[in-house]
Amino acid sequence: MCVRSRLTLLLAVAAFVWPAHAAERLVAIGGDVTEIVFELGAGDRLVAVDSTSRHPEAADALPDVGYLRRLAAEPIVALQPDLVIASAASGPPIVLDQLRGAGLEVVMISDGPNVSGVVTKIGEVGRALGLEREAATLGAAVREDVERVQVALGAIAGRPRVLFMLDIGRGAPLAGGLETSAASIIELAGGRNAIEGFSGYKPLSQEAAIAAMPDVVLVPTRTLDAFGGAAGLFARPELRASPAAAERRVVAMDSLLLLGFGPRPGEAVTTLAGALHPELVVAAP
Amino acid sequence: MTAAILPAAARLTSAHTRRQRRRLAVVAGAAFTLALAAIAGLAAGAVAIPPGAVLAALAGVGNDAVAAAVVVDLRLPRVLTGCLVGAALAVAGAAMQGLFRNPLADPGLVGVSSGAALGAVFVIVVLGDAAAPSRPLLLPFAAFLGALLATVVIQRLATFDGRTTTAMLLLAGIAINAIAGAGLGLAAFFSTDQQLRDLTFWTLGSLAGTDLRVLWTAAFAMLAAVLGLALFGRVLDACLLGEREAAHLGVDVERSKLMLIALVALGTGAAVAAAGIIGFVGLVVPHLARLLVGADHRWLMVVSALLGAALLLVADIAARLIVLPAELPIGILTSALGGPFFLALLLANRRRFAV
Repeated sequence: MCVRSRLTLLLAVAAFVWPAHAAERLVAIGGDVTEIVFELGAGDRLVAVDSTSRHPEAADALPDVGYLRRLAAEPIVALQPDLVIASAASGPPIVLDQLRGAGLEVVMISDGPNVSGVVTKIGEVGRALGLEREAATLGAAVREDVERVQVALGAIAGRPRVLFMLDIGRGAPLAGGLETSAASIIELAGGRNAIEGFSGYKPLSQEAAIAAMPDVVLVPTRTLDAFGGAAGLFARPELRASPAAAERRVVAMDSLLLLGFGPRPGEAVTTLAGALHPELVVAAP
Repeated sequence: MTAAILPAAARLTSAHTRRQRRRLAVVAGAAFTLALAAIAGLAAGAVAIPPGAVLAALAGVGNDAVAAAVVVDLRLPRVLTGCLVGAALAVAGAAMQGLFRNPLADPGLVGVSSGAALGAVFVIVVLGDAAAPSRPLLLPFAAFLGALLATVVIQRLATFDGRTTTAMLLLAGIAINAIAGAGLGLAAFFSTDQQLRDLTFWTLGSLAGTDLRVLWTAAFAMLAAVLGLALFGRVLDACLLGEREAAHLGVDVERSKLMLIALVALGTGAAVAAAGIIGFVGLVVPHLARLLVGADHRWLMVVSALLGAALLLVADIAARLIVLPAELPIGILTSALGGPFFLALLLANRRRFAV
């Protein structure tokens, strides 16, 4: 019997002996929180998630309690969860109070759009689920993944200017300014955010887009589809004359992977860094 | 000769009595509907609670803590908010329609609600955290001021020489809604992430997220507005004849108008402070009430209040049961109901409005 399966057996027995510690019916609010719950191997304990929890596929199939910022208390109470594990972005606050008032345990998970924020998040989820050890392992793996990319990037000089654009279906597309998760991931992947004039996600004026002189345009996959692919994107007047258009450099990634700062920033950073620096060689784990 | 008059008088009296009886029956029916809706609002929901346990929870004698929390902390505030907001919006609508002598006057349509929402949003975004401790009082007050400003502007613009034209009323409403929309958009642009979360509440309307401290202040204001407006029945009846005619009947028209405007703003402002913008209740309900009891405002106000409360409760029950385990914003339901009604109203009055 190998050590690993003995350990598994021990854990299984422990889980059986101390069931009070482990919540068995979970409701997870927030795409990043749900993803971490799955990564920690507790996905089968979930009874419902919010509408932003689209990954992995099993999460998408679970009952949906609505958008994380417009929750309603009674439907969640009706699911009789023994733990509600909610992203700091959840609300309205009064509903969270109502959940506590109805005797539910509500654990809030902090929200930091950077790697140490992700590690903190993983630790908090792990503690709430009684999976501290798994959380420590996952957190260390995330740090290591990102660190490997940073080491590899050290050998590369150029930092391309990256413009993050998000189509919201009406009006000008939004661009990611300072202090956004987009800016954070661009930085980690060895790029420079092309927008420095504002913070948050704001509608991008065409002239500001031209002035940003992006070398690369970064978009969620759905936005690229909405623009009609790379051809449609670079036909837009604000991008036609950009360095990015000249070399047709556009990177499309899943928005939850790119911006969610769930348990996969390693994957997100590696993918984006690879796209920004084709010559990059990341050491194998 | 007396012999000829007496039966006629008797006929008149009996016709009058019949009408009074019919109106009393309508009021009783509306009150009954509201009672049913309130009971359903307390009994129905995602958590299945048997009727006995609901009663026990309300009486405070149940031993089921979850049932008690759900019924007393979740459903009861919603039912109370729904009653008050529905009644306030419906009565404010009835009063505006009487005041402007125009069937299209509705707090939502002519921008009073968005004025109120802008006032509330101003407190959240511009005053920010500094005003947080005094929000329960400040928020309904700012909403009231926003609503008051919008009502006064509409009244000044749309009423000329004692007459209100539909075109001016609606055009003024479009302008005010546009200005308020710009203000809300600007606030959303400059707000922090947390403030943005609060903002969506005001623009989409909900009975679920009411801050209980805000609710107390707002409930008081709504109650005052509904009762106050109900007292203006006779004055509104006189106004229906025209402002000059009302003055001949001994009504102090200018003073009454000011009071009516203030009360409409108070009711709408408090309703928006408590539940955000919920459209069409103020338009649909008074028309429905008028079909049932006629144009006599003393009856119209009472029936509007009862039906408005009942309508909003029913819409809320639907909102929380249709998409379980999530919940629909209640504004979607009232608009889905009110939009077609509004079209039918336009269709039926095509000739009158086409001036």
